[in-house]
Amino acid sequence: MLGKLPNQKVTTASLKHSFDRRAMVIGSVMGGIGVLLASRMGYIAIAENEKYRLESESNRVNLSLIPPRRGWILDRNGAPLASNRADFRVDVIPERMRDADYTIGVLAEILDLDAAKIADLKTQVDHARGFQPIEVASGLKYDQFAAISVRLPDLPGVVPQRGFSRFYPTGPAVGHLLGYVGPASAEEYEKDRNPLLITPGYKIGKDGMEKQFEQDLRGIPGARRVEVTASGRIVRDLETREDVQGDPVKLTIDGPLQDYAARRIGLESGSVVVMDCETGDLLCMASMPSYDPNSFSAGIGRVEYAMLRDDERVPLRNKVLQGLYPPGSTVKPMHCMAFLDAGVKPEETIICGGGRRIGNRFFNCWSNHGQVNMAKAIYQSCDSYFYHFAQQVGFAKVAEWAHRMGLGEEFDLPVTTQFYGTVPSPTWKRKKYDQAWQPFDTVNASIGQGYYLTSPLQLAVMSARMATGDRVMPRLILDGKKPKFEHFAFTPEEINYVRQAMSDVVNGPGTAGRARLPLEDVKMAGKTGTAQVVSLSISNGKTGPWKYRDHGLFVFFAPFDKPRYAGAVVIEHGGGSGSAYPIARDVMTFLFDPQKGLEALFALEKQWGGTAKQRLERKYAAYAAAAGESVAPAPRRDEDIFDQVEAEARAAATQPEAIATDAITPRTEANPASAPRAADPAGATAATPTDPTAASAPTPAPSPPASPAR
Amino acid sequence: MSSIVPAPIARQPWQMLAPLFVLVAFGAAVLYSAAGGHMSPYASSHLVRFAVFLTVAAIMTRFSRDFVRFFAYPVYGIVLVMLMAVEAIGFVGGGSQRWLDLGFMQLQPSELMKPVIVLTLARFYETLPAGLTNSWRSIVPTGALIGFPMALVLLQPDLGTALAIGFGGVVTMFLAGLPMRWFALGGAAAMVIAPLAFFFGLKPYQQRRVFTFLDPESDPLGAGYHITQSKIAIGSGGITGKGFNEGSQSHLNYLPEPHTDFVFATMAEEWGLIGGIVVIGIFALILRWGWKVSMRSNDRFSRLLAAGMVATIFFYIAINLMMVMGLAPVVGIPLPFMSHGGSSMMTNMICIGTLMMVNRWNRDAPKTGLRGMR
Repeated sequence: MLGKLPNQKVTTASLKHSFDRRAMVIGSVMGGIGVLLASRMGYIAIAENEKYRLESESNRVNLSLIPPRRGWILDRNGAPLASNRADFRVDVIPERMRDADYTIGVLAEILDLDAAKIADLKTQVDHARGFQPIEVASGLKYDQFAAISVRLPDLPGVVPQRGFSRFYPTGPAVGHLLGYVGPASAEEYEKDRNPLLITPGYKIGKDGMEKQFEQDLRGIPGARRVEVTASGRIVRDLETREDVQGDPVKLTIDGPLQDYAARRIGLESGSVVVMDCETGDLLCMASMPSYDPNSFSAGIGRVEYAMLRDDERVPLRNKVLQGLYPPGSTVKPMHCMAFLDAGVKPEETIICGGGRRIGNRFFNCWSNHGQVNMAKAIYQSCDSYFYHFAQQVGFAKVAEWAHRMGLGEEFDLPVTTQFYGTVPSPTWKRKKYDQAWQPFDTVNASIGQGYYLTSPLQLAVMSARMATGDRVMPRLILDGKKPKFEHFAFTPEEINYVRQAMSDVVNGPGTAGRARLPLEDVKMAGKTGTAQVVSLSISNGKTGPWKYRDHGLFVFFAPFDKPRYAGAVVIEHGGGSGSAYPIARDVMTFLFDPQKGLEALFALEKQWGGTAKQRLERKYAAYAAAAGESVAPAPRRDEDIFDQVEAEARAAATQPEAIATDAITPRTEANPASAPRAADPAGATAATPTDPTAASAPTPAPSPPASPAR
Repeated sequence: MSSIVPAPIARQPWQMLAPLFVLVAFGAAVLYSAAGGHMSPYASSHLVRFAVFLTVAAIMTRFSRDFVRFFAYPVYGIVLVMLMAVEAIGFVGGGSQRWLDLGFMQLQPSELMKPVIVLTLARFYETLPAGLTNSWRSIVPTGALIGFPMALVLLQPDLGTALAIGFGGVVTMFLAGLPMRWFALGGAAAMVIAPLAFFFGLKPYQQRRVFTFLDPESDPLGAGYHITQSKIAIGSGGITGKGFNEGSQSHLNYLPEPHTDFVFATMAEEWGLIGGIVVIGIFALILRWGWKVSMRSNDRFSRLLAAGMVATIFFYIAINLMMVMGLAPVVGIPLPFMSHGGSSMMTNMICIGTLMMVNRWNRDAPKTGLRGMR
């Protein structure tokens, strides 16, 4: 047939013949294709059966992780500082969304999202990588949840679910201490390829305790095997394994005290640290203003971030650990202990003539104190005394004690960052600036100015160590054990002497008469401090631009004769110590008599316009209304925010450096009621304070130690 | 012949009808499962349509050869006019314009063209003098007869049906004894034209289907999804299948079109390789019977008509099965007698009816033997 020539004659018979042959060929081809198809099917169904059965199963069965309930963070009495709240939430998985703009539009309509939130969502979706889920909203109302659930077939990539969200009952009060939780970033997922991290609704700790104890708090996820259709609709549950809640973390923090202190800071910017002198337990580490960790859990919104960033009182900075301030006069009692250690007798006196000549230069005191012994130097905060004895024993010796008392030190605490500050000394200055130590450096450092920089936590530790004479170590985790501390080589008499002098600051003729506790049986001891940040030519420290005002500091312990609690209050640019010690007074009052403390707070909050939480919410609403959509998005990575906050904190700490290059002119100590009388013999009589709370009978002068050891 | 069975019934070609009934019933069972365990909407209408078109086929069986020969060209003309009407007034569905709304039913004239082209070519070659088989007169008119409807169907656009028309026509020409060289030349020309047609003639979605066929795993969630899911369905069925009504791929909507183009995958998932072999076997029985009918015919017209019908049915089966097994691109061609769909049932039953008709002609005028020489 194939070889048939075209010119060969074609007949009906030859056509029939050709038909038969060609039909044979076609029939064989058909049969061949049939056999081919049957073998192909056999190959798929037998040889590749295993592979396709697995694929079919992975189609059919959807294993979804149930995010474990996060462990609670408890205060020392077992009350939750961070707990979980059952709620309805909705996430989106960008990779599964078909039309992101449309989906977000639908969700925004159902959930009534504002323009800034929508803009945030779109930015997040654009930057999302892989199956990283993005939270749209939590705390949905049931009908919103239902409205989204019924529209799911139109909205691929949207995951509504019942779950738990983190809840901080006291909001901003614990913001800096506990941190907050948020969805894991792509970088975090790359580091830890745990599928839990990309499970919608799962949050990891981003800062503070939440980050430090992430592994303890995390728990074990549950799992749900469900049969799903191609469009993701769940047909039925196959198997469910419950999650195991994460372990609780019990802190030494006293929840009510933390909240009280945070609220008591009020409109100021500052921090309060209170610790237990016997155990080192940190009872309170309040830093205000702060953010509300409840509102950060869905990621930091652009409006909120802009508001917090633009605030000169830096609500994103944990001032307890990242705030560094010249300690001012608060280090004077500690310096006295250094003098005692160097052999200076408490009863040794100098004459303050409104200042004192050191070397060939006269350095001013903030007042004219006349004859001054150690006790008077403490309660009247006489600068001349410290100029003189610091020069006499050498500041290197004093700096050594400062370190021993906790200044310039880092502590073994589960926190993300802590700044250790500066205790200046001749070797330090040589190393840092390659300059020789000058007499004015001694003068500045002896009254806690110059290059001196301390954090509120260090000041609290110093206070506890001074009060007890023990090397108290702060701690944050309650383990039920009572630690043993090393005891410094001071005699009880020496310690009592300093305690008494510090008590006189408050209860005697000192600089903080108004700090006296309104309690019968408890007396608080303390020391005021006013830290200058700019030279006198720029600001007098009391008025004018906020950022040039003096810092107000106060270190304290109580009861003064048998110290149980110690702490520090630092108010940034408070205009002097007068801004700090009333807060310390109220916080300590609350600790011993909560009712009395709260009464004082309620009266103040009425003036301020509500609690810290209420004020923050109002401020946000006002800011959002003013800023609207024009706000630039927040940094995509929370780490960028932390880095920026830290960098700014370091920059801020260098502010007082500018005036450290020469002797400062000491400021008047804050309490005008206790203006000293130059003629007063040391500790002989009390001032006559105009403040009614301080107008009590003169306190007996501290009895000089009978026999100082050295 | 048994006396219990009445002669008109015993006369029927049961060697083909019995497997066909089994196949249609099996198809209905698969459609029952594809509907999630319900007769409606697929299985019941599948059976009703089969009954309707079986009646049509039975009526066709009564047509005489002369009647059919007489109407071959007019029918071709009518269907061609209908194809043009589709272009003018047809309505669009699924991305192409294929249907005519006749009021009581929606007709797809391109489907009718598949058997009609075979009929027309059989008629043409019957009348073509044997001596002209090697001349231009044997190919130019038929080229036009095939080319017009193919072009109209491509305009719709419906590549699968156009290829089916072309296939039916070319097989008929091949069997009509046209010189082998022409087919070789045609094949070579197709190899040149195909790439050009691919890049300039096909719609992007059609081009994508071809690319996807070449590498389905490249885009498992996009265009390759159909093929991948179909192979998963067939492969996961194994030898014995997952059991009736137990197919997860079809029931959970992973398998696209589980009741039409991918009905074989739906079946294979639940009935396994055994079900597949049974289906392929039944098709083999039916096609073998049709081929024998053609062989037994004693005139050129009947021979070509019957063989062309078999080729048309075969084209459906082969392309569909190759598609679901990942051997051919996704072209919308359903599986005869199993897929849910009126048009394909109509076309295939017209083919079957034609074969039964030729079978009756053969019985009435057998090639050999002494009886019935009329």
